[in-house]
Amino acid sequence: MNAAGTAVLRLDDVHRVHGQAATEVQALRGVSLAVYPGELVAVMGPSGSGKSTLLTIAGGLDSPTSGTVCVEGRDLGGLDRAGRARLRRTSVGYVFQDFNLVPALTAAENAALPLELDGVRARAARGAALAALGELGIEELADRFPDQMSGGQQQRVAIARAVVGERRLVLADEPTGALDSETGEEVLRMLRARCDAGTAAVMVTHEARHAAWADRVVFLRDGVVVDESSPLPPTALLEPSLR
Amino acid sequence: MVCIPGMVASGGHENPGGPMSVRHSLLALLEEGPMYGYQLRAEFERRTGGTWPLNVGQVYSTLARLERDGLVEARGDDGEGHRMYAATPAGTAAVGEWFATPVARSQPARDELAIKLAVAVTVPGVDVGAMIQQQRSATMTALQEYTRLKARAAVDDPAELAWTLVLDSLVFAAESEIRWLDHCETRLRRAEIDRARRTPSSSVEPSSSVEPSSSVEPVETPGGAR
Ligand SMILES: Nc1ncnc2c1ncn2[C@@H]1O[C@H](COP(=O)(O)OP(=O)(O)O)[C@@H](O)[C@H]1O
Ligand SMILES: [Mg+2]
Repeated sequence: MNAAGTAVLRLDDVHRVHGQAATEVQALRGVSLAVYPGELVAVMGPSGSGKSTLLTIAGGLDSPTSGTVCVEGRDLGGLDRAGRARLRRTSVGYVFQDFNLVPALTAAENAALPLELDGVRARAARGAALAALGELGIEELADRFPDQMSGGQQQRVAIARAVVGERRLVLADEPTGALDSETGEEVLRMLRARCDAGTAAVMVTHEARHAAWADRVVFLRDGVVVDESSPLPPTALLEPSLR
Repeated sequence: MVCIPGMVASGGHENPGGPMSVRHSLLALLEEGPMYGYQLRAEFERRTGGTWPLNVGQVYSTLARLERDGLVEARGDDGEGHRMYAATPAGTAAVGEWFATPVARSQPARDELAIKLAVAVTVPGVDVGAMIQQQRSATMTALQEYTRLKARAAVDDPAELAWTLVLDSLVFAAESEIRWLDHCETRLRRAEIDRARRTPSSSVEPSSSVEPSSSVEPVETPGGAR
């Protein structure tokens, strides 16, 4: 998909070693991955296989021991701390299992936060936040506080916060982990819709039924990508004999 | 009509639902009113999304048997040369009984995947790890397809709703197959680690049968799960 376009995220032969000598853990061992605009990629693997390490490295929260990471064509290794922090704020949105909304802020304020941290004026930030909530179909939650929302609603606000402004890359670590199956599916539909509108996303999940919303599923084992699955081209759906 | 490619390759679907469910389904559809063979086939497929395609010969032979058993009766022709069928009172009673009786889970369906894995685990020289991964990937591909079809379906039409319920059944089956594969992999890796521990001689080269990487250390490091 979009193989000719520029990857929003590109990992090239990424290794990450935690600890040293006796306690050394090779969390990633030569992972390469490219994610294009409009693509939703799911990452599956047993616990300890390096999924979270992959996401934190992709988002510039952690650095590879060797290999390169590019976000929107910029090599994170070539940026200083401040540059990486800026790229994180402007290009990358994170979604976590436990939503991580600021309890004292409303949904709109939470969604506006990344822009305000980036120096955008309050009014403009609020406008963008309301636009993000609106695009996700949850504008009615704008003035609610996290404790006035269900888990599924909080996670949708967290997705709004992840895509607010012009951010093109969403990284989600078990975004449905704390939700029941039905609510998790609604969150996935929303993420899918965002990707169909051009966002690139990488999502870690244990649940095959949620991974199935992705364009590609990457299987990690012991820090290595062992396989990928992607759906057949649409023609194959109409032509069973192709299988 | 959308056809679903590659039913989850577990072999349990060769004779989906069996002839009994086709017979009862067709009979039940006649509760809506008299129909002819092509119509019955279309109505069946509207509800099941072409998951289990019926050929029209099968529909007519089923109708002939239902007629012989006194469950349907011919109602002449619809004016365009189609032979119409309707349920008899005995047929309506049989439908009621079908809906009131749970589907028997007598013997496990012959599951090609379970059999294949059971054999592979015991035959020397088989890369079971690779086999599991290959299957997981294939099943995931099918699951992605079901999900795309589901995302497209409009649920406000009752026949579409029926068809998404069939899709959900395929989704659950594929999901459970993947969970089972994960489970097999974990158990096989554990068994391999135990074997390596019992033979402490350093010459033990872990057979590559379960795990593509070289590590024999415990897989789930404490604190690895987050
Ligand atoms: N900060 C850290 N220090 C040491 N080891 C770590 C650290 N973070 C992760 N690890 C180890 O790296 C491996 C991969 O971890 P992680 O990426 O969290 O896996 P996953 O998200 O798939 O469960 C595990 O063995 C884990 O124990
Ligand atoms: Mg993790």
